[in-house]
Amino acid sequence: MQELNLLLHGFAVVLTPLNIGLMFVGIILGVLIGVLPGLGGANGVAILLPLTFTMSPTSAIVMLSCIYWGALFGGAITSILFNIPGEPWSVATTFDGYPLAQRGQAGQALTAAFTSSFVGALVAVIMITFLAPLVARFALKFGAPEYFAVYLLTFCSFVGMGRGSPFKILVSMALGFALAAVGMDTVTGQLRLTFGQPELMRGFDFLIAVIGLFGIGEILLSMEEGLQFSGKAARINPKVVWETWKELPKYWVTSVRSSLVGIWMGITPGGATPASFMSYGLAKQMSKNGAKFGTGEIEGVIAPETAAHAAGTSALLPMLALGIPGSPTAAVLLGGLLIWGLQPGPLLFVEQKDFVWGLIASMYLGNLVGLIVVLTTVPLFASILRIPFSIIAPVIIVICAIGAYTVHSAMLDIWFMLGFGVIGYVFKKLDYPLAPLVLALVLGDKAEDSFRQSMLVSQGELSIMWANPLVGSITTLALLLLFWPLIGAAMGALRRRLEA
Amino acid sequence: MSDPVPPGEAGSPSVANNHSVDTVVAALLLLIGAVVVFEAWRLGARWTSDGPGAGYFPFYIGLIVCISAVGILVQSLRKASRDSATFVDQEQLRRVLSVLLPATVYVLVIGFLGLYVASAIYIAIFMVVLGKYPPAKSVLLGVIVSAAFFVMFEVWFKVPLYKGSLDPLHFLGY
Repeated sequence: MQELNLLLHGFAVVLTPLNIGLMFVGIILGVLIGVLPGLGGANGVAILLPLTFTMSPTSAIVMLSCIYWGALFGGAITSILFNIPGEPWSVATTFDGYPLAQRGQAGQALTAAFTSSFVGALVAVIMITFLAPLVARFALKFGAPEYFAVYLLTFCSFVGMGRGSPFKILVSMALGFALAAVGMDTVTGQLRLTFGQPELMRGFDFLIAVIGLFGIGEILLSMEEGLQFSGKAARINPKVVWETWKELPKYWVTSVRSSLVGIWMGITPGGATPASFMSYGLAKQMSKNGAKFGTGEIEGVIAPETAAHAAGTSALLPMLALGIPGSPTAAVLLGGLLIWGLQPGPLLFVEQKDFVWGLIASMYLGNLVGLIVVLTTVPLFASILRIPFSIIAPVIIVICAIGAYTVHSAMLDIWFMLGFGVIGYVFKKLDYPLAPLVLALVLGDKAEDSFRQSMLVSQGELSIMWANPLVGSITTLALLLLFWPLIGAAMGALRRRLEA
Repeated sequence: MSDPVPPGEAGSPSVANNHSVDTVVAALLLLIGAVVVFEAWRLGARWTSDGPGAGYFPFYIGLIVCISAVGILVQSLRKASRDSATFVDQEQLRRVLSVLLPATVYVLVIGFLGLYVASAIYIAIFMVVLGKYPPAKSVLLGVIVSAAFFVMFEVWFKVPLYKGSLDPLHFLGY
């Protein structure tokens, strides 16, 4: 029960007036980001990251992680009221949330969505509280080959668990690694892939990529669709909340199942979006009201929201314990750790107890604060969506430009942001996944370092990846996932042949 | 949220289909992959006296880009899997360009006038041209948004933003 003591210590660290204030600021900014098209969790945090450079790391992470929770909550508002998912992970929420709002039950749908988000997050945080220290303690024994094997596993699981063309997943990932390699090589000091341009010496910062790919790219996509919002007015009164809360325990099986799906997809870098779809699909298959899904079943709101929030939260476990983020937003937070002068990885649990447990404690508090904030302020945020797109769009582009500039105070970065925006638009339309690109860009240097160190130890023999049972099993699992699309296809063909 | 342009009519002629854009993008990626492989080889993709060279890791990364790009090319050229759905039609392209081109000009102008002045102008023009708002209202909103950012960054957080090579806000003393 050492964890409980440490957790209480964490609460003591977080419960200062400043941190509580930052928590509210973060949640409100986060919901705002979640509601607005073009600003999402990942690039919202990326844009605000430079503002935290002067804060203490604990206050900074409290505010930024609260922005993340806020964005997770906020996505549901637009899905239910306007049938427009503010975030990709709330697409599945529109299926039943919007019909409910159409029937005049927007209050119930929103209450159910927010409460399930809270439940999903809570289950995930409890899991992090007890599992993360164990994983970190285990990971302290890791050497370079083990680390490279875990990186390999992270990236291969994108291929094994992703939908769509495995080639597109691979190319997106490799492109991220290639962009990460641009600039000064940390080991030999040679300039790589700069083509004699001194401006490229700094390399590509992933924050710029995130702002461009997710921010500008999203604005271009929204513009193309010619958004026309026709929303339902929402009012949540305490009576509706209370009535809905009395209903919710009936669906405890769905909640538990969705939380587990979310946690699994969050720790492995599946992410919140596939988690919400998978959870919705499972609920539809297993519920006795399954046939009525899509017409406004409250269960169809609970399932995706619980899973999305559980996944979003548990994506922070590998980031904290191993220094390997499970989602683009977790990757941005990891970038924050480096900037604040903290070394991500298992040693964090030993050397930065205040920071780690402060963060975990703030996850409990932040989600509670979030639930209260969203339940009381929905009408306010819904009215933001009535601001015409021709005002919102230029303001968001201005915010992105400012965000891109503040990262390094470099004008060139604003051009890169625009370029990444076009790439984001084209890639999204052609089903190239963006998450592997961002994660590879963040982890590129570290993955390369651990690869080189492993190769140095073994004098260039790849067999070091199977040198002991631990590293061997991780590597084998990674390769299995990498070739899963091939294996799956082969097995399908075999089965067809057997049946024929 | 209302929008200046109505949602796409089905009749708008297609500019490009998914299949051809897919092919072009894959070819570009193949080119990028080839450049990475070539550069990595030049840097030393082999074992040097003190361990793996600077191009050791990028070489394999470039190879993965090339192999995957060829895979996508083959998939998109195979007749069975041809995706002839519209990538973008004229109306959509017009809308996307109506955001992208002004944004490019905006970034260009930032270089001269700095973030604050350029942003105010950009928001105002965007509102007048795409939103059909009266000029006075648009200019007012542009100035208010820029002023808010100025107070937030220069005064409150003390993070100086780019003032441009002409620095029109020099008189403010920041």
